[in-house]
Amino acid sequence: MNSIVNQFISAFSASDIPGGYFTLFATIVIISGLAVFGVMAVTALVAVYFERKVSAFMQDRIGPMEVGIFGFKGGKKFWGGIGQTIADALKLLTKEDIIPRLADRKLMMLAPFIIFGGAFITFVGVPFSEGIVISDFNIGLFYIMAASSIGVIGVILAGWSSNNKWSLYGGMRSAAQIISYEIPIALSLILVVIVVGSLRMTDIVVWQADHRWFIFHSPFAFLAFFIYFISAVAETNRTPFDIPEAESELVAGWMTEYSGFRWAVFFLSEYANMLIVSIVASVVFLGGWLSPFQMFDFGLFPESWMLLDGPIWGLFWIVVKAMILIFVMMWFRWTFPRLRVDQLMTVCWKYLIPFALANVILVSIWELIF
Amino acid sequence: MSEVIKEFGAVSAEEMSINMGPQHPSTHGVLRLKIQTDGEIISKIEPVIGYLHRCFEKHCENLTYEQIIPFTDRCDYIAAMHMNHAYVLGVEKLMEIEIPERVEYIRVIVGELQRIASHLLALGTFGLDLGAITPFTWMFRDRERILDLFESLCGARLLYNYIWVGGISHDLPKDFIKRTKEFVDYFEPQIDEYNGLLTENKIFIERTADVGVIPPEVAINFGLTGPQLRGSGVNWDLRKNEPYSVYDKFDFDVAVGDGRMGTVGDCWDRYYVKVIEMWESIKILRQALANIPDGDVKEGIPKKIRPAAGEVYSRFESARGEVGYYIMSNGKPKPFRVKMRSPAFCNLSIISEIGEGWMISDVVAILGSLDIVLGEIDR
Repeated sequence: MNSIVNQFISAFSASDIPGGYFTLFATIVIISGLAVFGVMAVTALVAVYFERKVSAFMQDRIGPMEVGIFGFKGGKKFWGGIGQTIADALKLLTKEDIIPRLADRKLMMLAPFIIFGGAFITFVGVPFSEGIVISDFNIGLFYIMAASSIGVIGVILAGWSSNNKWSLYGGMRSAAQIISYEIPIALSLILVVIVVGSLRMTDIVVWQADHRWFIFHSPFAFLAFFIYFISAVAETNRTPFDIPEAESELVAGWMTEYSGFRWAVFFLSEYANMLIVSIVASVVFLGGWLSPFQMFDFGLFPESWMLLDGPIWGLFWIVVKAMILIFVMMWFRWTFPRLRVDQLMTVCWKYLIPFALANVILVSIWELIF
Repeated sequence: MSEVIKEFGAVSAEEMSINMGPQHPSTHGVLRLKIQTDGEIISKIEPVIGYLHRCFEKHCENLTYEQIIPFTDRCDYIAAMHMNHAYVLGVEKLMEIEIPERVEYIRVIVGELQRIASHLLALGTFGLDLGAITPFTWMFRDRERILDLFESLCGARLLYNYIWVGGISHDLPKDFIKRTKEFVDYFEPQIDEYNGLLTENKIFIERTADVGVIPPEVAINFGLTGPQLRGSGVNWDLRKNEPYSVYDKFDFDVAVGDGRMGTVGDCWDRYYVKVIEMWESIKILRQALANIPDGDVKEGIPKKIRPAAGEVYSRFESARGEVGYYIMSNGKPKPFRVKMRSPAFCNLSIISEIGEGWMISDVVAILGSLDIVLGEIDR
């Protein structure tokens, strides 16, 4: 299978290089790790700027307008303030890292890195285009689901170790929320696995190339996409499901006592998680790296448009699809009020899970008939 | 809802006491709520006030009557015009001064503009308490226009010292009436936009309907006034029931909560009463702007303010409810005693009665719907 790790292994034979397998292993880990970290950092920088501008235009403001970079000066241009997130990141990194005296010091220092680690290792299985994936497992979808749930341990630890009652509330709410919303996510992704017959991300996209985008597979798959997306918004703790960090109730929820670098790590993980769920949604339901023109190939478009394919165009399409989904998440955040804890659970257990379950059964019947 | 709470109560373990405030994002100032919680459910709630106490009433005993007016601004800084007017009303009653008609009209115009501005802030921050950020910025955008109008009127944007005993500090600027008409025409459709964004939002209704219900008799017993009382379905508005100034000349309705989304007296009703009041204020503004008479605004201002010995209680319908000033004069230039009835103080007192049994998120919603201003509570 074509993936970054496989290419490395086939390019260098272990016996050729000094150190043998250890060197090969270390090289692969370091290079993949740097690549993932780069993706996470760039995502956070771009997404924060994007979110600020989106919120500003929705709220009749203009957003950041002063800090320029790379020769772009700030000012009343569209790109004004493009350097703002870099300035913010530098500010966060130089701030004092406060740990309250009565907090559980070790756990409090550890918690951000568990959350970060959860998001970090998830990227191993997330494909960015045809062949642009760290490793293309045969259990890719399952791995992504499993690895992305690790973060909740960090959230609970952060809430508990801060020795702050608001943090504790945030941590407990978050645990209940994330674990509950794992279920509709898993159920709506299982539906895809039933149809495709494989958990490998590449196989899922290949199936969509042969047939059609999964969202148009059947009415049930269409519904499953929305169940997945709503649950994904809840999973990433964004409005209207941001009750773990509800700033008007719990001050800042489980992040209350964090500052400086550790808080920046939370921030980075939040945007990385947004990217992960959006890419998974686009790979699984929206045709991944396939060009949308292929999908609607009724002879309406010139033949040359059909060529917008291959790894580079694939990267473009997948980023576009993910950005649209991220924009919708931002749109939610700046439009909706926040749900209450019990209402959040009601949405999950009384609506999403029964519908998702029914979906799984109905799509199996659909597959038997057609 | 209550059955769910009872179920939770049956398995309760240990209660946790937690301080909401004095530094907390949604206590609307330096208010502290001592809360006993059983998980998320609140079993006891007790407001602690006084962090902003600055001896307003004692100060008044050492100031002349006209020097007190700027201090009244600082009580309810969200609706400073109302505070000016409420105090001035008492002194005028004590001195039995005739007010020129133009002055009364101007007072009504600025009063209703102030009511809209105050309600915009109340509704915006209420949305903010529930996690909706965009309505807040939209409402502040429009509140800004009212503040611009006030700035052209008296130079100040928040604390005006505009309404004086017997008159006002400045006559209207040349284009004020035209600009106010423009504002009113611009603002009326905006209310529909707020309704589309926040009032009719399903999540917003879920969060506010049937939450924090205040039955009418409880509301009356606790001395609630203003939109908070009318939200419970009690038709009581001093502008109608005991008209002061020239309010008896205008045609407007009193907004009353009707339990459209849930029970009468829930948070949604208290919210929506304020929305209706903005429409009614626009109605009053249109009539006042069309009929404003000419005249000298300063002819009624007395040369020397020294009321004869006596006492008076004046009532005024501010954006938050009934503001009362009890003024006692002993014939000297300084009042012997000034007592202010703070509407937000009485409105807040109900929170320990109705706040129990709700979740932390609901208490934030209830507090937001009570629309308190700590400057006025602590005085």
